[in-house]
Amino acid sequence: MSLLRDLYQEVILDHSKSPRNFAQLSDANRQADGYNPLCGDKVTVYLKVEDGVVEDVSFKGAGCAISTASASLMTQAVKGKGLAETEELFKSFHGLVTGKAEEGVELGELMAFQGVSEFPVRVKCATLAWHTLQAALEKEAGIISTE
Amino acid sequence: MTTGQSMTAAGSSSIGESRLDVEQIRQDFPILGQQVNGKPLVYLDNAATAQKPRVVIDAIQEYYQTYNSNIHRGVHHLSQVATEAYEKARVKAQRLLNASESREIIFVRSTTEAINLVAQTFGRERLQAGDEVVVSAMEHHSNIVPWQMICQEKDARLRVIPINDKGELLLEEYERLLSERTRVVAVTHISNALGTINPIEQMIEMAHQYDAAVLIDGAQGAPHLPLDVQALDCEFYAFSGHKFYGPTGVGVLYGKGDLLDSLPPYQGGGEMILSVSFEETTYNVVPHRFEAGTPNIVGAIALGKAIDYVIHIGLERIAYHEDELFRYATQQLSGLPDLTIIGTADSKASIISFVMDDIHAHDVGTILDQEGVAVRTGHHCAQPVMDRFEVPATSRASFAFYNTKEEVDVLVEGIGKVIEVFK
Repeated sequence: MSLLRDLYQEVILDHSKSPRNFAQLSDANRQADGYNPLCGDKVTVYLKVEDGVVEDVSFKGAGCAISTASASLMTQAVKGKGLAETEELFKSFHGLVTGKAEEGVELGELMAFQGVSEFPVRVKCATLAWHTLQAALEKEAGIISTE
Repeated sequence: MTTGQSMTAAGSSSIGESRLDVEQIRQDFPILGQQVNGKPLVYLDNAATAQKPRVVIDAIQEYYQTYNSNIHRGVHHLSQVATEAYEKARVKAQRLLNASESREIIFVRSTTEAINLVAQTFGRERLQAGDEVVVSAMEHHSNIVPWQMICQEKDARLRVIPINDKGELLLEEYERLLSERTRVVAVTHISNALGTINPIEQMIEMAHQYDAAVLIDGAQGAPHLPLDVQALDCEFYAFSGHKFYGPTGVGVLYGKGDLLDSLPPYQGGGEMILSVSFEETTYNVVPHRFEAGTPNIVGAIALGKAIDYVIHIGLERIAYHEDELFRYATQQLSGLPDLTIIGTADSKASIISFVMDDIHAHDVGTILDQEGVAVRTGHHCAQPVMDRFEVPATSRASFAFYNTKEEVDVLVEGIGKVIEVFK
């Protein structure tokens, strides 16, 4: 069970059962849809960006525990952050879940996803919301797919 | 017995007397003895691909080590041996399906290629604007998309037989869909996502009232039910080698001989021709007309070995054992809290799709994998089925004749672990 406990840490289970910032953002000025065709996970990320800062962020969607918790914790992590800072955070997070952690920014609660690196097929679950966030920031049109 | 029309009702007691020696059978499958994540492998993903008995693995090695050669062209010894083995495999597939002639067996890459072949030859030749192709709401994507493609090209219409909440086709709706415009009915024998066994005999008869041709997707049917294509009277029946305990990259398309004779080639190239000049090419006879290029020679030969093996064990005994497992697993899983089985047809094969309250299939799959249990999670290439039941994905346990009740127990304990992690 220990590998599983590493993967499904309390904070992840908590956020998957009661996701934070789980709503449509009425004054969003950017949004993007993400989709993982392998498991059917869908997520929409809403952003309010002012003067290069993520003033507000939320998400909606349906997915597995890892993808839901990741989206939830992501919204908490990037709220109030500058765009460059957000980009750095994603880089560090990506390194964490793929087991290629380098010197990066402080990940705080996001460290809970360290266990994902032992489950390579679940990396896409953990990064779907982040890829979608990135697309929303870049204002890419259309649906972002993990494939 | 739930296996419906293709099973003989008689003999269940005699089958019971000559029960499968599963422990002995498991010795024939080298892969089954291993550990996964420190636990004995419990392989319950047979609907995705089945494991291979040693005779199949040995046949592949024997071919490459002793008579690897191209077929139908060489006068030399090895080529003759390889050609003979390849054509023998065709006869084995013929016997398995009880086709009247071996030329009615076309070797393809997969069920998917078989359906594409029919859509691109029969469909291309026979479909006209306004004609209709009937499929069902429980089809695998591979029995939807090839028809969508040809319908779009020919301005024909794709009609869909709906299903009820148990995952059974609505035959009265099917009857209503059939008309003089129906050219093809393409339907699965057994649903890969729900396990439903469709009443194909009746459906074929109904289609023939309107002179429609019928293709049966037998990817899940052929490995688990005894077959007789002459009795069924379907125009086409397709199945994959790798779900039939054979290798990947080979499959079988059965087609009625006269019908195949009347169809144009699928792909152009070597083998499918009698003579070629830059002015004109004369096509080869059936089945070679549909087997352009060097085929998967070793694949066909090894599939022939798999057919021998399955026939030796006996498809009726296999169906009986799998049905017992299916009933036991259904009973055990039905008793679990928070678990709902998707697909509860009266006539079902040994496939169980399920969802768990508030726990995504992907998480279920990961936790079961830690227990050594391999199940499939996702949409099973049947997204319309997921939409029909309003679930994003399911977990699916699918059984083969080498599975045991003890393995069902490991699955059930594994689901207990899932609940434990998430409670």
